[in-house]
Amino acid sequence: AYKRFSELLPKEERENACSARVPKGQILTLPELRANPFQHRICRVFSTSDSGDDSMSFEDFLDMLSVFSDSATSDIKSHYAFRIFDFDDDGTLDKKDLEKLVNCLTGQGEESRLSDTEMEQLIQNILEESDIDKDGTINLSEFQHVVSRSPDFTSSFKIVL
Amino acid sequence: RDYQQTDTKYSSGWKQWKGTSSKLMKKVLNDIKESSSYLKLWRHDIHSIEGKFGTGIQSYFSFLRFLVLLNFIIFILMFSFVTLPSIISTHGIFNSTFTKIPPKNIEPHCTVYTPSGNKGLVYFYTYLKDLLSGTGFLEVTSLFYGYYTIDAAWVSVLRYNLPLAYLLTTLAYLALSLIWIIKRSVEGFRQNLVRHEDQFQSYCNKVFAGWDFCITDPNAARLKHRSLQYELQTDLEEERLKRKIADRTTKEKLRIYSLRIFINIIVLAVLSGCFYSIYMATAFSQNHSVVSIRHDIRAANLLVQYLPSIVITLANFIAPQIFSLLISFEDYSPAFEIRLTLMRCVFVRLANIGVLMFSLWSQISSCTTDECKACGYNYELYPCWESEVGQEMYKLMIFDFIIIVAVTLFLDFPRKLLVTHCSCKLVQWCGLPEFGISDNVLEIIYGQTICWIGTFFSPLLPGIATIKYFLIFYIKKISLMHTRKPAARPVRASSSNFFFLVVLLIGLVLAFVPVGIGIGYIPSSKACGPFRNFSTSWAVVPATILGFPVGLQQVIHGIASEAFAVPFFMVICLVMFYFIALAGAHKRVVEQLKDQLILESRDKLFLIRKIAEAQSH
Repeated sequence: AYKRFSELLPKEERENACSARVPKGQILTLPELRANPFQHRICRVFSTSDSGDDSMSFEDFLDMLSVFSDSATSDIKSHYAFRIFDFDDDGTLDKKDLEKLVNCLTGQGEESRLSDTEMEQLIQNILEESDIDKDGTINLSEFQHVVSRSPDFTSSFKIVL
Repeated sequence: RDYQQTDTKYSSGWKQWKGTSSKLMKKVLNDIKESSSYLKLWRHDIHSIEGKFGTGIQSYFSFLRFLVLLNFIIFILMFSFVTLPSIISTHGIFNSTFTKIPPKNIEPHCTVYTPSGNKGLVYFYTYLKDLLSGTGFLEVTSLFYGYYTIDAAWVSVLRYNLPLAYLLTTLAYLALSLIWIIKRSVEGFRQNLVRHEDQFQSYCNKVFAGWDFCITDPNAARLKHRSLQYELQTDLEEERLKRKIADRTTKEKLRIYSLRIFINIIVLAVLSGCFYSIYMATAFSQNHSVVSIRHDIRAANLLVQYLPSIVITLANFIAPQIFSLLISFEDYSPAFEIRLTLMRCVFVRLANIGVLMFSLWSQISSCTTDECKACGYNYELYPCWESEVGQEMYKLMIFDFIIIVAVTLFLDFPRKLLVTHCSCKLVQWCGLPEFGISDNVLEIIYGQTICWIGTFFSPLLPGIATIKYFLIFYIKKISLMHTRKPAARPVRASSSNFFFLVVLLIGLVLAFVPVGIGIGYIPSSKACGPFRNFSTSWAVVPATILGFPVGLQQVIHGIASEAFAVPFFMVICLVMFYFIALAGAHKRVVEQLKDQLILESRDKLFLIRKIAEAQSH
């Protein structure tokens, strides 16, 4: 993992890669993240930079890899998945978050989006299935409850270097 | 990560080693699975079709791949057990010899059979005609039943009983097809059952766990996006339709049901029309292609010979069009529409084959003179009736292939050219056709049924079928990519897959009937083939059993007698009842667990509400 991280840095900084930060653009060139529709959210969630430029240090990189690895527990994965899916960082998944999530899944481009009625119907169904306290949003515990009963979650929420 | 680090600090060396070795095993297993999936034929093609056109059409192509493999295995089976020993012993390779036991106790007129391979100077045209109709030079090759006349082949001291091998290989390939199809459909059935269980959270599962984070290739990502989109749209569409059906008033229901009954009557009328025309066409063709004319090179004669194939193909083409037109009035959900149209078209196609077989049978067994009755079959017209049936099947198969190629070349591509270059309204309104899954599946099931029936009468037919399906894959794929538009109504494939296999099974069971009648009921032809010395083809088995040691004979007689069969049947019934009861009990347990889950979530709701109340105070 250290090798992959240091490859992302320009040559001069490689010696002290442990303390350097890699800008977001470089991170996104990783093949594992390149095709991922959630790439920006992943960088934002794992980055601990104070300046908000979503750069990642080696520690952040390791954090990301460990969450996505096989040995992470379902709790940790669902916690981070919640943070990734929460597009506006308000701690809950409301309708707008879900809409952006579905659009990410179906792909960029006009013809690959669902129509408005379909989106409405889909979000209604999702909220029906997962929103227990009926407040129109999904909070962390509801999300973890839903994900724990989903059979495919652990196998799909995984990155192998 | 902190948890993990603390874990690794406190676990002992043994646990660490176990952890690393299990990780290694998992990685190795994953790698093996991946590399074995590379070996699958056409994996890449089918994957790209799935991405562009959805899982419904992809299931058609995987089905086609399955049939190619099945036919190839059947061909290998027949070739190595029947054709290869014949060829080896007739040409004396490996110092082998063969024996032909002269027939005894048989009327001499039954044994006259002179297939004329082309002798002397013939037109080139004759070769083409022979290739298309299986007569002439093809009739005397190993393609047809008539070639296999040797009774035993000897390699040093080993005796190879060819008639027995022929019969047993036939039974073996039928059994193999049956077992393989059942195995595949059981997997599909299990998936079907799981999917049909009203999943609590199909939507949440698809949305939250839908994206596979392992995807690194942008092409794969694009395909995944498309398939996710298709799945979500399919689910939403089905839900909308369910709601619409539930909202129907009684008056509407009455109207729809009476309309459905009326349309079913029309369907029955169409079917009977088809059957009658096929019967007449076969009778006409057989009556007019008498042996002497058969070697005539007039073009009209070829048409008469191909008349049953032409009529069947026309019926197979027109009837589904009528059915798909009718079904749009019946207002079913898209999945059910496909199934019902498929069932009707299945019935048309398979019953067409059945009628053809029946008319052939009535022709072969029609006996008026005493001499004919002595042989048991119509020896004047059909000195070697098995080869005749084989030729008929061969013609059907060739014609089927020609039609598929011709339709693709002369219908699809010009239509595409017309649509892209001509901008008049009528043409644009017709537009590009969608890929009709049910039609295409029926086509290949029809071809496969013909192959199954024909293999007993023409052992090399599965080889021809393998090549035919191989070519059809590429033809269909090119036609799909260039001349079709993606389906307007996305359709789910998993249950369709199981359904295709069920229809294939029906075709196989239908194929059992003519082969069974040909083996066990109609006397085998005395002039050609490996069963000349036996009354029927099946008679070789009792004859072989009589050659076994006495003890073994008694055991076999015991198994075949009623004293054994009836208790055996009763035991099987008991076992079946037990399994049915077990399945019922499991279903009840599943229902109970589902109810428990609902109760649990209600408890959670209650507790959360209480907590919220307590917090607000």
